[in-house]
Amino acid sequence: MARKFLSGNEAFAEGIRLAKPQVISAYPITPQTIVVERLSEMVEDKSLNAEFIHVESEHSALSWAMGASAVGARAFTATSSQGLLYMAECLTYAAGGRFPIVMMNANRSTALPWNIYGDQRDSLSLLDSGWIQAYAENAQESLDLALMSYYIAENSAVSTPLMLKLAGYVFPHTYEVVDVPVPEQADAFLPPFETENKIDFDNPKNLAFSAGPAHNDIFKYKEHIGVLNAAGVINEAERKFADIFGRSYTGLTESYKTEDADYIIITLGSIAGLVKETADKLRRQGKRVGVLRIRYMRPFPNADIVRAVKNAKAVAVLEKDISFGNEGTVCTNVKAALQKSNIPISNFIGGLGGKNISKKDIENIFLRLETEEPEIKFIGIETSGGEI
Amino acid sequence: MIEILWHGRGGQGAFTAVRLSGAAYALSGKYALAFPSFGPERRGAPIRAFTKLDEKPIANRSEIEKADYSIFLDDTLFSPSAFDELKPNGTVILNTKKAISNDKIIALDAEKVAEEILGMPIVNTVMLGALAAVYGNISEENIAGAIRENMAERLWDKNIRAVHAAMEAVKK
Repeated sequence: MARKFLSGNEAFAEGIRLAKPQVISAYPITPQTIVVERLSEMVEDKSLNAEFIHVESEHSALSWAMGASAVGARAFTATSSQGLLYMAECLTYAAGGRFPIVMMNANRSTALPWNIYGDQRDSLSLLDSGWIQAYAENAQESLDLALMSYYIAENSAVSTPLMLKLAGYVFPHTYEVVDVPVPEQADAFLPPFETENKIDFDNPKNLAFSAGPAHNDIFKYKEHIGVLNAAGVINEAERKFADIFGRSYTGLTESYKTEDADYIIITLGSIAGLVKETADKLRRQGKRVGVLRIRYMRPFPNADIVRAVKNAKAVAVLEKDISFGNEGTVCTNVKAALQKSNIPISNFIGGLGGKNISKKDIENIFLRLETEEPEIKFIGIETSGGEI
Repeated sequence: MIEILWHGRGGQGAFTAVRLSGAAYALSGKYALAFPSFGPERRGAPIRAFTKLDEKPIANRSEIEKADYSIFLDDTLFSPSAFDELKPNGTVILNTKKAISNDKIIALDAEKVAEEILGMPIVNTVMLGALAAVYGNISEENIAGAIRENMAERLWDKNIRAVHAAMEAVKK
């Protein structure tokens, strides 16, 4: 293990190098670009033995990755925002074809207004595409998830592509201290990609086929089961990871001081660190507050959420997303998980288009939970009419 | 936590200094975050960047509102409103040719140091040296280590000398 001072993008690229993808196809887009640049340099200097495909669009990037996976190669791509949306048609192909591709998405705002900064609207709008969705909090977790992603996606009971989210700009471009594992450790963790789901002249079979009304549903059902199976494989991957690397992760969610908490913020991504720090500050003032960080949006951590908020008086969902005409999509999912509870659930929408969320903003959320009725609130916008 | 706010113009290498400050501090086994005020980079346009230094991992990734040190690579970016962004005991470190007498400001002619040692008016590593001298908890040795890890080899020697010269200039 080597201690380095790297940006989130560079750290993630180190993780991908250790995972040894055989094909990388990508089209550059801010703020993902550095990942693709670093990987192309690694291929050029032969420290990564992969085919690097310069494609003309994101749609082609994922199409290439599917082609590679269909001959049994480990494939990687990366994108962001409008690039992810342009790729959208291929997302359901990759998921339905059961190709365990790993994609990095630098979470970024969606146009219009045009904006290159981070929020979660790009990937949350694609929750239904059949991909596993993971949200990293910091550079170390993103590096570690680069390795774990392939372990999870390629498990034969899962066989599902995985989209890993780095909060656009907030940490792809932040430099921080990261432990980079040595290749021997990575090899001990992640076996080479083996699959039956590939073109094989000795064992011919049909891939990426049509299925009419008589059989379509069974494939969709199996796709659903594949994503659900990821939950168990995530735990297995994390146990093995902890044995080899000595760093532990906590499955679909991370509970932070929720056991005795009266008020809990449920959130995801890079803002979680500041929410935890704010909770510490309020705890020092005698307030019983906690944080539940969602690490995976698919499979969705229904049971974790029910367990974490069991003793709470009120919950806020803090997210960088709005599903126009309703509320934030994370909040909608959380409410569904808590349908049997009477706990008041508020939704705080912030950080859209990269707007800073301050410690004071987070303190205010905890404060409002104590006194206010459940609400849907855009942080920093003082107008009425946002309620449903 | 020590919070450092950097002001420069696109093309001055401000963010390189920011990265080096974090990398140098991290070399002592401690923790740092270094990040720019995110966005498109344009030559000549004002930029802000941030370094946070601590003994333990740093969770707060939000922009610095009140700094321990506020560093200006270009004095055309400085105005008295800079003091609003300082903690009570905070210090401004200013690259300027003007004579300044204000006990909240450490002023130096970084451009002159850069011209002499680098042969061009690029003041980023000079201002990093000035920070190291004022702050006192980033060693010259670790800055040299960070320069070797993060800059092209042909730039090592003269930038390490620029850092040294700045530290000497500030100590005087």
